[in-house]
Amino acid sequence: MTTTPSQLAISARGLRKAFGDQIVLDGIDLNVPEGTIFSLLGPNGAGKTTMIQILSTLIAADDGEARVAGHDLARDPDAARAAIGVTGQFSAVDNLLTGEENLILMADLHHLGRREGRHRAAALLDRFDLVEATKKTPATYSGGMRRRLDLAMTLVGDPRIIFLDEPTAGLDPRSRHTMWQIIRDLVAGGITIFLTTQYLDEADRLADRIAVLDHGKLVAEGTADELKRRVPGGHIRLQFADTAGLESAARAFGEGSRDDDALTLQVPSDGGVRSLRALLDRLDDESIAVDGLSVHTPDLDDVFFALTGHPNTEKGSVR
Amino acid sequence: MSTLSYAVSDSATMLRRSLRHMLRYLSLTLFVIGIPVIFLLLFVYVFGGTLGAGLGGPSGGRAAYVNYVVPGILLLTVAGAVQGTAISVAMDMTEGIIARFRTMAISRAAVLTGHVLASMIQTMLSLAVVIAVALLIGFRPTASPVAWIAALGVLMMIAFALIWLSVALGLVAKSVETASNTPMFLMLLPFFGSGFVPTDSLPAGLRQFAEYQPFTLVTETLRGLLLGTPIGNSAYSAIAWCGAIALVGYLWARALFNRDPVR
Repeated sequence: MTTTPSQLAISARGLRKAFGDQIVLDGIDLNVPEGTIFSLLGPNGAGKTTMIQILSTLIAADDGEARVAGHDLARDPDAARAAIGVTGQFSAVDNLLTGEENLILMADLHHLGRREGRHRAAALLDRFDLVEATKKTPATYSGGMRRRLDLAMTLVGDPRIIFLDEPTAGLDPRSRHTMWQIIRDLVAGGITIFLTTQYLDEADRLADRIAVLDHGKLVAEGTADELKRRVPGGHIRLQFADTAGLESAARAFGEGSRDDDALTLQVPSDGGVRSLRALLDRLDDESIAVDGLSVHTPDLDDVFFALTGHPNTEKGSVR
Repeated sequence: MSTLSYAVSDSATMLRRSLRHMLRYLSLTLFVIGIPVIFLLLFVYVFGGTLGAGLGGPSGGRAAYVNYVVPGILLLTVAGAVQGTAISVAMDMTEGIIARFRTMAISRAAVLTGHVLASMIQTMLSLAVVIAVALLIGFRPTASPVAWIAALGVLMMIAFALIWLSVALGLVAKSVETASNTPMFLMLLPFFGSGFVPTDSLPAGLRQFAEYQPFTLVTETLRGLLLGTPIGNSAYSAIAWCGAIALVGYLWARALFNRDPVR
């Protein structure tokens, strides 16, 4: 694939990284167009943080090449640094400085000048609902406030590309939604976002494109819908009142997986109305009494399970 | 702005940051200033009478010992202050903000330069407090203004060298606890030298070590400048030692800071 650097915010070819004899990234290729949200999805230990650390110039790859904002990371890291902002998994705020001092520190390091620095700090404190944090040190903040200050510090330098390493890990649901809205607003302003997450719904809701990382390798890449299409159908879950009902249903539908303890049977289905009606007709014909029924369309959990062979969460689907 | 002026401005920003840290982490700052004052009072008022008598000078024991011990206490002050440097560097490296700095287009050296400059300021403040207390309790230097300036230069020189060494010790330490322990040997060295007793009172072996180790050379240079005792070749040797320690400390610290932060 040939694309000019001006269209791609981030591109990587054959990135490899090992710590000692443990291979963390094993030949990663990816492209992130400007102004989009790209999500790297994977379980703990998949190599997500290492990927961010390499792309944000914190550490060097062992092999392969990467360009960020058109600059080769190995040859001109400082040019790439000037275009990026990073908010890591572990809070990158100065714990001995107040919220305002943290932001002014960033402004000074971006050589914005005293007036502009103060102005921008005040604007960001206001925008991220951090006014009460102005004169307080982060020791007194909530998790959400800390994360917002972290992101505000990243934004002081007006980065074109922002790396977010698990931006909502450990946040309560309300703070998560606030963070998602902030991320959407940033992209609406033309910024490119590269985020890692282990939450499937987060990638589903936010990302234009998703890459699934497992044991240092990309096992799939595409939009959420493309990924879901790669998984063979969903299923309809039938709940029975007794073993007799389950037995007769299993005789009728044969295929599918039954659970004798829970008295359920899963019948493969695309989740469409037509197949649902066919199933109901069949149940009527056979006079099988069903206690309950639920339609299960494939979600990213299924995708993850199908692609990696192991569930991402405890609720990995049974098949 | 040029690369150099960016480097200067980034270092100034980091210096402001480090100075703020010293104000916010006041207990460490006060500890660093307080310990040498306590040592000064301890040595003058508890040991001073006996040790002063042993100096064999014409005047009284304690009064003579104040003058004798102050150069040693001043070095102890520097050694204590750089322990604070190692602690604050090690603490800083555990913070996520250092990773942020590394991903920004700023002068890489600025983080360390900020620590070094702030430590220089803190050390000079500690020295000023110790000298003030010493003058109050009877320290009577005979130095001319020029000799005072030279003495100040010697103190800045040894402070600069030991601060760079401590920055490296703070960087190499795996934990803040280790960082607070490793520079401890610097506080012991003035004792194994001419800081508190003349070296000819020491047993052979220890005496040879004491005569050639850098703290003795710096002590003798300071004593000569402040009190007019003979300096001999001490000054040149002291300058050479400080230059060597500063260079080793700087190169070591730079290499440690530039290595991959994730291993």
